[in-house]
Amino acid sequence: MEHVIEMLNIRKEFPGIVANDNITVQLKKGEIHALLGENGAGKSTLMNVLFGLYQPEAGEIRVNGETVKITNPNVANDLGIGMVHQHFMLVEPFTVTQNIILGNEPKGKLGNINIKKAEKEIQEISDRYGLKVDPSAKISDISVGMQQRVEILKTLYRGAEVLIFDEPTAVLTPQEISELIEIMRSLVKEGKSIILITHKLKEIMEVCDRCTVIRKGKGIGTVEVKDTNPDELASLMVGREVNFKTEKKPADPKEVVLHIEELYVQDARKIDLVKGLNLDVRAGEIVGIAGIDGNGQTELIEAITGLRKSRSGKIQLKEKNITNLKPRNVTKSGLGHIPQDRHKYGLVLDYPIGANMVLQTYYQKPYSNVSILNYKEIYNKANELIKEYDVRTPSEYTPARALSGGNQQKAIIGREIDRSPDLLIAAQPTRGLDVGAIEFIHKKLIEERDKGRAILLVSFELDEILDVSDRIAVMFDGKIVASRKPEETNEQELGLLMAGSTTNEAGDSSDIK
Amino acid sequence: MRQVIQVTSNNRLFGILVPIISVLLGLIAGAIIMMISGHNPIEGYVALWNGAFYDAFTIGETVRRITPLILTGLAIAFAFRTGLFNIGAEGQVIVGWLAAVWVGIAIDAPMIIHLPLAILAGALAGGLWGFIPGLLKAKIGVHEVIVTIMMNYIAMYVSNQIVRSVLTDHSTSTEHIASTASLGSEWLQALTFYSRMHYGILIALFVAVLMWFIIDRTTIGYELKSVGFNKHASKYAGMNVSKNIILSMVISGAFAGLAGAMEGLGTYGNVSVISGFTNLGFDGIAVALLGANNPLGVILAAILFGVLKEGAGEMPSAGVPTELVDIIIALIIFFVASSYIIRWALLRFKKEGK
Ligand SMILES: Nc1ncnc2c1ncn2[C@@H]1O[C@H](COP(=O)(O)OP(=O)(O)OP(=O)(O)O)[C@@H](O)[C@H]1O
Ligand SMILES: [Mg+2]
Repeated sequence: MEHVIEMLNIRKEFPGIVANDNITVQLKKGEIHALLGENGAGKSTLMNVLFGLYQPEAGEIRVNGETVKITNPNVANDLGIGMVHQHFMLVEPFTVTQNIILGNEPKGKLGNINIKKAEKEIQEISDRYGLKVDPSAKISDISVGMQQRVEILKTLYRGAEVLIFDEPTAVLTPQEISELIEIMRSLVKEGKSIILITHKLKEIMEVCDRCTVIRKGKGIGTVEVKDTNPDELASLMVGREVNFKTEKKPADPKEVVLHIEELYVQDARKIDLVKGLNLDVRAGEIVGIAGIDGNGQTELIEAITGLRKSRSGKIQLKEKNITNLKPRNVTKSGLGHIPQDRHKYGLVLDYPIGANMVLQTYYQKPYSNVSILNYKEIYNKANELIKEYDVRTPSEYTPARALSGGNQQKAIIGREIDRSPDLLIAAQPTRGLDVGAIEFIHKKLIEERDKGRAILLVSFELDEILDVSDRIAVMFDGKIVASRKPEETNEQELGLLMAGSTTNEAGDSSDIK
Repeated sequence: MRQVIQVTSNNRLFGILVPIISVLLGLIAGAIIMMISGHNPIEGYVALWNGAFYDAFTIGETVRRITPLILTGLAIAFAFRTGLFNIGAEGQVIVGWLAAVWVGIAIDAPMIIHLPLAILAGALAGGLWGFIPGLLKAKIGVHEVIVTIMMNYIAMYVSNQIVRSVLTDHSTSTEHIASTASLGSEWLQALTFYSRMHYGILIALFVAVLMWFIIDRTTIGYELKSVGFNKHASKYAGMNVSKNIILSMVISGAFAGLAGAMEGLGTYGNVSVISGFTNLGFDGIAVALLGANNPLGVILAAILFGVLKEGAGEMPSAGVPTELVDIIIALIIFFVASSYIIRWALLRFKKEGK
């Protein structure tokens, strides 16, 4: 039998929306099959149907040619289908082994759990696929990339032959992404088959054999990756031409809006992670911070936005000293912040998406008057933003939780830009967005720049940094170690600088400020 | 769009159906228990009904029993809506009762000042009793459940001690409050053959409206709920997380304190040494649960539990022990808590019906 999985004419409805409308996907044995589509196109939904989390209203699923009914994830497991979700499902205080065997514990003679045996097995699987996971490490102590590999291990331990990856690379650093790609290659070499959801066309071109495109819940078709190119894929999925290179006029920087001087910030363990950082961002320019995760970017942003106290140094927003001000006061002083972790900081997931649109302004007119909320104004504003930023949601009353990841992000971005802050901090603003949405967001950022706003962009995507920034500041070990014009540098040089090679090797860095 | 409305109203329908079905199942189970233990369930329930609604007097007594239940139910529902579990309503009732009576005895003032002052004292004392666990949670992260449970005992022993050695000279109950601090009303009493019904029911209903207003209509409610749902996002949005945790506990405590004030200024007119908890606070948990933490739901649930508890007094006349009512209440709570099963059954039913 050639196809390990066949999903034929699948239909899945949600209140007010048809998430999957007659979609067909066929997975060959030993292939990596990409699933591509805009935010909210219905990719996660389709995979949740395959994994037994949702029941389809119509359609047929065949595993190895046999029609099956996957009523819950256990059935999927038994059929050899494993899923690595975008948001990991791990118990933090448990070890890797404990997490992996959870619900599937190997029993000893007396019904006791045989941890030793499990650890050995896990180590074996880990070695075979090059996962480099320490079975006895605690989840709370390991990196995001490692946690993801634990999720992969979990599916393999349960005997998965087919692995579903839902946007695995969205949360990874470029280094971790290339490791993951290696892992996927060794998985298919061992005869596994993979369905990969990703918005990054580069990844599809690099590892996938075939690609099925979904647009607004409908299956558009399946293409051989070797016969196509990123432009074609993008226009297939969006339904129009997409511009990858963002067009922009040269920047016209004016007065300094954000001025940071000798800033020191500690993390929760009281270790300095920002170590004497200096940085200026001017009105009308986009400064991109390039750096490997863990070099103090998160702490820097938290210090500017008031979420974390700085140990010493000075942060100035326009004329005002905002060092160690409370978040509310920083916001009032003219800050907009697109946070890196949208579920933790960006949204109250249980509130309607409309109520989330006034998260910082609910206490101001016209959204409230003498503490009494004016829902009409709130939802008017929400509707306006939903339209302008193309947030796809059944209605403004839908809980934020029910929106697809990319649409949640668009909602946050709309909210932050709409306050027209003097300084906009955008941390990984396009994480999890489709190419069309990325193009749109980049255009918006540049529009804001041209209106005279100062923009600080933090991103692990060098493409994005190179494409959007007017000036690139490389951050390494808690400091800005170099400053470059995007047209005068390239990925190689930035990569070296980010890894901490001295400025001499990588070229001169005058003009840090 | 039409579909959306349909489905949300369906959800709402579920929200209403589940408690109703739970209540029916609880009553049916009660009937079965009566049958098994050799009693006639119809006679039992008729006695229960008479115990609550036989004449104006019993109705008056039922209303006065419902009054504090509404307030403790609201107290717990309020905390719950903002992500907190206030097990301390019991202690807050006790201190509210004590403070209200204390002011009722100690002060000499015209009614228009005295009564509001005494009521306010009850709310403030309850609020203070909520403030302490709120503060501990907000500042050093101690779980509110543990602190509020201990605060219940502190309230009971402190109150007893004050009654014995401050308000009286080693007596077990205080003198009666001044008539200027009483919620009692001759008019209501005359209407109900001298039951202990008092104006407190109006206060309880007012507080229900107040809760709805705060939670659903004000920026305070927006912040409180937001902090309950997601602390990090609330901090990011510039809200003061600690302040909101404390505020929620204070408001919740104040509601429970008012329940105590109703007992002190309305039903009993004094405060006595107690050997065990009043249970008003604990029953409030059940009321809030059955009422789905919604003010209107809380009122309806309090009415149901008030009726059951008041009516239980009459059940021995049909040979049924009063404890049966406690069993029925427990079963109702059981069915609400396992509403998942009811939901599932309803869905099944609907699908098959199609
Ligand atoms: N549980 C749910 N309840 C209601 N609507 C839902 C639910 N889950 C998804 N949807 C809706 O179904 C549609 C498809 O969502 P889905 O999560 O499958 O998109 P996606 O293709 O994975 O998008 P993204 O790339 O942004 O993750 C969206 O419009 C979403 O709002
Ligand atoms: Mg998705």
